[in-house]
Amino acid sequence: MLGLNKKDTYMFLLVLALVVFAPFLLNPFPENSELAQFNAGYPDLMQRFLIFGIFAIGFNILFGLTGYLSFGHAAFLGVGSYAGVWMMKLLTMNVIPAIFMSVVFAGLFSLLVGYISLRRSGIYFSILTLAFAQMSFSLAYSVLTPITNGETGLQLALDDPRVIGVSQVDGSIPPANFFGMPMRESFEMSMGGWLFTFNAGYYLCAVVMMIAFYIAIRIFRSPFGMMLRAVKSNQQRMNFTGLNSKPYTLAAFVISGMYAGLAGGLMVAMDPLAGAERMQWTASGEVVLMTILGGAGTLIGPVLGAGFIKYCENIFSKINDNILYDWFAALPDGLADALVFIIHPFIGKGWHLTLGIMFMLIVIFLPGGIMEGMERIGRLFKRRKPPSQDKSAPQASAAPAE
Amino acid sequence: MDAILLQILNGLDKGSAYALIALGLTLIFGTLGVVNFAHGALFMIGAFCAVTLNRLLSLSFTTIDPERTDFLGNPLKVETPYVETWFGPETGAAIIDWSVPLAILFSIPIMALVGLFMERGLIKYFYKRPHADQILVTFGLAIVLQEIIKYFYGANPIPTPAPDAFSGSFDFGVLLGLDPNLIIYPYWRIVYFLFAAGIISAVFAFLQFTTFGMVVRAGMADRQTVGLLGINIDKRFTFMFALAAVVAGLAGVMYAPINSPNYHMGMDFLVLSFVVVVVGGMGSLPGAVLAGFLLGILESFASMAQVVALLPGINQIIIYLVAIVILLTRPRGLMGRKGVMES
Repeated sequence: MLGLNKKDTYMFLLVLALVVFAPFLLNPFPENSELAQFNAGYPDLMQRFLIFGIFAIGFNILFGLTGYLSFGHAAFLGVGSYAGVWMMKLLTMNVIPAIFMSVVFAGLFSLLVGYISLRRSGIYFSILTLAFAQMSFSLAYSVLTPITNGETGLQLALDDPRVIGVSQVDGSIPPANFFGMPMRESFEMSMGGWLFTFNAGYYLCAVVMMIAFYIAIRIFRSPFGMMLRAVKSNQQRMNFTGLNSKPYTLAAFVISGMYAGLAGGLMVAMDPLAGAERMQWTASGEVVLMTILGGAGTLIGPVLGAGFIKYCENIFSKINDNILYDWFAALPDGLADALVFIIHPFIGKGWHLTLGIMFMLIVIFLPGGIMEGMERIGRLFKRRKPPSQDKSAPQASAAPAE
Repeated sequence: MDAILLQILNGLDKGSAYALIALGLTLIFGTLGVVNFAHGALFMIGAFCAVTLNRLLSLSFTTIDPERTDFLGNPLKVETPYVETWFGPETGAAIIDWSVPLAILFSIPIMALVGLFMERGLIKYFYKRPHADQILVTFGLAIVLQEIIKYFYGANPIPTPAPDAFSGSFDFGVLLGLDPNLIIYPYWRIVYFLFAAGIISAVFAFLQFTTFGMVVRAGMADRQTVGLLGINIDKRFTFMFALAAVVAGLAGVMYAPINSPNYHMGMDFLVLSFVVVVVGGMGSLPGAVLAGFLLGILESFASMAQVVALLPGINQIIIYLVAIVILLTRPRGLMGRKGVMES
């Protein structure tokens, strides 16, 4: 279907189903139950899953395929956000031009950064991208204040021109919309104890993300993607064959920059403001974490990683000592105190500690991320079922000669 | 003239911090070939050693003084640090006052231990992994260390004053026959610069004039051959990692009075120090020191009012700009050796 082979079609349909039914799937617990705090089915968080999913898919096209580790991708997301807000200020509150211009501006900026940074590879490349991102961050904070509004962040105002649309409706800023359908509009469905929310903005993100995911699959399976993988496995040998790898890596860099810009544009579409802290290098670090955690170089991995981190970030940071005491209410007091004392540093504000430890464990023991973990578990089960064929496996999997 | 001199002086103290961190980074990179993203965290731990010692020394007990009253008329509570009861009020107060210099002694064993644990417990397993993995795992470690510190000390900067004796400023202008108050410079920054210079020379002297240092240098040049000669080079490299951690920690201890320590100060310095290392040339110790001071001074020149008026925002980006230009024109950095990280 759509030029995908059978396996990819199944994967695509699976992701599509997950995304479409996410409002149900992420709300497994009834509204008033004890476990309702683990529900992630509210629009704000679901939008973030998809947006960071797009960001991570894009980053994976660069890092997963070519092996170039960029520490500056948040800059493209930031540029995209600023471009999006400006479109909303100048043109119209319709999100389409905002998203479109975010992609264009992020693409142009990444073309510039990539053209310079890709002259070096390895750690030098990482540091060059880091330097560019920090530079844009500092500039956005200081000199470019007329464009970025510095520390306060760029916001919409009542007297913005909005030449195509209207600058204000009844003394307030019109909401971000998709041809008249406000992004904030949601349809709530109550079933038994459950409350499901279907949000317009979420489904816009879903459509955009499915398109982005489809393009990523096509890139992964194309000769172009093969070329990028060749860059990762042995760039020197590739150059010896007389092939100039620079246009390929640059294209990958720009594509991933555009994905970042798309994510930035969607962020603006959901919540029309942009701040410089989106460009800081810790933000770039976050997308690296997502991609590695999910599994670099795999198709679904980055999306899973993004969802996992954003989910934990929201849920872990909401848990506090009182909730813990509720859980351990059945245990004797002393034991409950001890458990809460042990768990306390890892929850609430300490959630970054959990993230850091988790990330280290993944890098140390499971370099392929969640995807490799799932594969290993899968292999474990497969091996148990046909024990007779097990003997031929070691020979078949022996490494080919160099 | 005086403006230029002032900027050079201003650049020296920031440059000393860059140089010290970059020196440690280069030591680790040159010996073990590991890109250590957790080095900034070591710097931060050093600064928090100073905070901890200050707090330990000021531990006090409360007595109620019935003769004096506070503004509500209640008897006044008087806090007396234990140190003052042990050593007498004057010596005790002096000890608390000098807590930052004392923290130097306090931090050396701590930083050495942290360094040893880091190398033996984690980094050891990453020698054969790609550089990207090393970056990622040390990046994760940096987050973990940072969050541990944040858990114990909170997110706000903690002021840690220098001894009173160094609290004033020194008038350089008078020394050079210029008008007074033209070039004034805080004493503590002079101390910091001298301290950094001392540490840097000590490290170089250690590498240059001791047998141990000679073996380490030989190992940096050709690890395999040194190993074949029957020398346990791994052990010495572990020691060098601990030494690098101590250097970063000391840089942090002494920096505490200049900039109140907070949990993310390490990350802020780390990015810049990496840039410094790259500008100096990966694996070159003199290059790291030179680039540290150069970039520190350049940064302070760029923040002169006249320069900022000419090129707004230049003070924020000058270091990155220089790094980009250097990397593109001299890929090996200022003093980089051939064959280091050129795959």
